[in-house]
Amino acid sequence: MSSFLLLAWIIVIGTCGEMCVSRAMKVVGEVKDFRPLAIVRVIARALRVGWMWLGVGMMAAAFFALLGVLSVDNVSFVVPVTALSYLAGACGGVFFLGERVTRERWLGVLLVVIGVSLVILGRAK
Amino acid sequence: MSTHQPLHLKTFALLTVIVVAGPLGNVLLGKGMKAAGRVHPWPPSALLQEGMRVFSSGTIWVGIASLITFFIAYMLVLSWADYSYVQPASSISYAVVALLSYSVLGEKVSPLMWAGVAIICLGVFVVGRTGPNTRRSTERGQP
Repeated sequence: MSSFLLLAWIIVIGTCGEMCVSRAMKVVGEVKDFRPLAIVRVIARALRVGWMWLGVGMMAAAFFALLGVLSVDNVSFVVPVTALSYLAGACGGVFFLGERVTRERWLGVLLVVIGVSLVILGRAK
Repeated sequence: MSTHQPLHLKTFALLTVIVVAGPLGNVLLGKGMKAAGRVHPWPPSALLQEGMRVFSSGTIWVGIASLITFFIAYMLVLSWADYSYVQPASSISYAVVALLSYSVLGEKVSPLMWAGVAIICLGVFVVGRTGPNTRRSTERGQP
């Protein structure tokens, strides 16, 4: 039971964290120089964006939950189940952001849910 | 939406890093945590001791280094590519995780789980192909 609570935490908080990082990197702008020093400068610039701190904080919280759940469950079970973040993202978009989610996207989410269900069923055997 | 433009070399290179470093990091964390044993976060006074035990493992640190590599590649690619583009392109990661869990950790992956992973990859791919519904898709260049 506690595994499923931790997985729910990873899915919700991890997805929010990724969205925040994505938003922060759009503020930073496209990276064109890949020399190590330039990458360090990009990271420093990203760390001046509030969204990055929020995103990294959330992803860190999801990371520690991942460590906890990996101490009791197999990687081949845990990682596929975290794909439910696509369901969380679509539902969050509809209910909290008022987005219009296309039928094709719901189909993709449905496939993810079916896939995760099979992984859970396959693990139970 | 479904215009097929050639991938830039830098996008392809970073996506390769993402689909290798991410799953590898997760598998190494799984290996390290299995070796460390079950974590008991309660009472809070025991948390420090538990943390010391977990983070004294070299495998955990290599896993963290791998995930940091993944994260930097992810950050860089998101600076020009849509989140909804990166999602499907990295969906193969789920298959890589299953493959590594089976071959490196010796985990038993049942045929039903393999089928589930394949359907998840397909689902993530379909999700990512849909339009992001943002005004940016026409403003910015392709990935």
